[in-house]
Amino acid sequence: MNQSPDIQSMTNSAVSTRTSRILKELAKAPFSAKLGLLIIVVYVFAAVFAPWLAPYGESEIVGKKYVLANDTFLLGTDNLGRDMLSRIIYGARNTVGIALITTIYAFLLGGITGIFAAVIGGWTDQLLSRTVDILMAIPALIFAMLLLSIFGTSVPSLILIIGLLDATRVFRLCRAVSLNVVVMDFVEAAKLRGEKLVWITIREVLPSISAPLAAEFGIRFCFVFLTISALSFLGLGIQPPTADWGSMVRDTADLITFEDYTPLIPAAAIAILTIGVNFVVDWFLQKTSGLKDEF
Amino acid sequence: MNNILRMLAQRISLGVLTLFIVSIIIFLAVSMLPGDAAQAILGQAATPDTIEILRKQLGLDLPAHTRYLTWLSSIVQGDFGTSIGNGREISEVIGVRFFNTIFLAAFAACISVPLALVLGILAALYRNSYYDRTVNALTLTSISTPEFFVAYILILYVSVKTGWFPSLANVHADTGFFERLEKTFLPAVTLTLVSVAYMMRMTRAAIINLLSSSYIEMASLKGMKRLRIITHHALPNAWAPIINVIVLNLAYLIVGVVVVEVVFVYPGLGQLLVDAVQRRDMPVVQACCLIFAATYVSLNLIADILSILTNPRLLHPK
Repeated sequence: MNQSPDIQSMTNSAVSTRTSRILKELAKAPFSAKLGLLIIVVYVFAAVFAPWLAPYGESEIVGKKYVLANDTFLLGTDNLGRDMLSRIIYGARNTVGIALITTIYAFLLGGITGIFAAVIGGWTDQLLSRTVDILMAIPALIFAMLLLSIFGTSVPSLILIIGLLDATRVFRLCRAVSLNVVVMDFVEAAKLRGEKLVWITIREVLPSISAPLAAEFGIRFCFVFLTISALSFLGLGIQPPTADWGSMVRDTADLITFEDYTPLIPAAAIAILTIGVNFVVDWFLQKTSGLKDEF
Repeated sequence: MNNILRMLAQRISLGVLTLFIVSIIIFLAVSMLPGDAAQAILGQAATPDTIEILRKQLGLDLPAHTRYLTWLSSIVQGDFGTSIGNGREISEVIGVRFFNTIFLAAFAACISVPLALVLGILAALYRNSYYDRTVNALTLTSISTPEFFVAYILILYVSVKTGWFPSLANVHADTGFFERLEKTFLPAVTLTLVSVAYMMRMTRAAIINLLSSSYIEMASLKGMKRLRIITHHALPNAWAPIINVIVLNLAYLIVGVVVVEVVFVYPGLGQLLVDAVQRRDMPVVQACCLIFAATYVSLNLIADILSILTNPRLLHPK
């Protein structure tokens, strides 16, 4: 608030040139990336405005079981007589929201420890790296099931467990890219100046590794999202009556034998979002690092 | 040669150490549970006295490291204990289930490995062509798709609407080989579709990486034919990454079967694990997790060993 007017106008113009640059990049983006962005925007819109968009309540029983698609229920009803369309819309909020929280948690945990392991080095690095090696030796889905059977299936334990398991992958990446930065002269100079560890991490290391981290965030989100959906589908993830796409596939799965495509709708909702995010990440990777031949 | 032997010995001992630590984690995780097996078997109504007696019988009053060693030694002898749910010997159930899972994973690998290698090499050779871009977009799509989505699409179109293949993979011990193949065809195709993309991308990356190296450029500047460059110059160095891709993918298949087994109601280890987790039948969970983890660790170890053994630089030291 106490900024002088011309500084404010300067920052404003800096922001506007940055926005126009981003818009220009977007106009040049390939079709797949534009499609991906459109998909993400639609999902975010559905998640934010779910109560206004959905014709019925999230777990409200509004009709008979397994009603076929008609004018009142655009996508029919499920195994308890709840409106499929409303639950799909609420699912955007629940499934995507929980996956997003888990990814952020995994990033904070894995990112902070990974960068510090690289900056501090020595015994701290050894201890953290070997712990991560061990955690990664057990396949993630199996480990998640083991932990879920111990701590019980609830949303908080789901977030904590999947977040921890995915944090190991974030740790590996953060440590690897930070190690390349830590040996640079400007970090050495900051150390010699006597800067504090936190300052070096935030001001010197973090800006240099932000591009691969942003791409990793997209990829990690897809993994977390698919893992949570798979667990929900197996009945071990998000529990009823919360509307969630993985459990909705499970609830309506029997319909498939009657040539009904209802179970495919929530499954497609999962697939389309993941494809969209992957398209954007793919474009971003090619844009920022020329990593054309990486996958 | 001495060098290689030392590296192999190192890797193997590291693998054994990993297995050992994994078994400790699985053992400890279960003993962190509130209450213990005695409580779980007798239920809420049990008196403290009967629980105490059963605890003694099960050896639960002994310290943790003693219990771990007895647990480990009985597992090494093939005794996984008894299920809390139905009181049956776990080793009786688990053998058949494990065989079924391996059968399905192997079947899927027989389709997906050759397919991935051919597609990957072609994509690398015709890089940035329309073929490459299409394959790239398709693989990105299939990596992003949950297994159950692919599975239900296949069930709807290849089974329910047309009746070509059965949608239930209910095999028994006395199901014949060809009937078994027919029944597990859809699960195997599902696994192929979700795993081929990853393998293909890794093969493509490995080959492209090689083709950009200077000795390949030299060979093509000499005027050598493209096919000869690939077979005589690129492939010897590409075996290590390709074998790595295949074995790591097998590890993925063994674990990835869980969801597919549930969709097709296939009596494999994954289905058993899901049921056990739902009923919180800890001895079964423990046994399944241990087998899955052991298979995964061993396959990773094999990948390591094979990539050392196929590395020309190590085989022909200067």
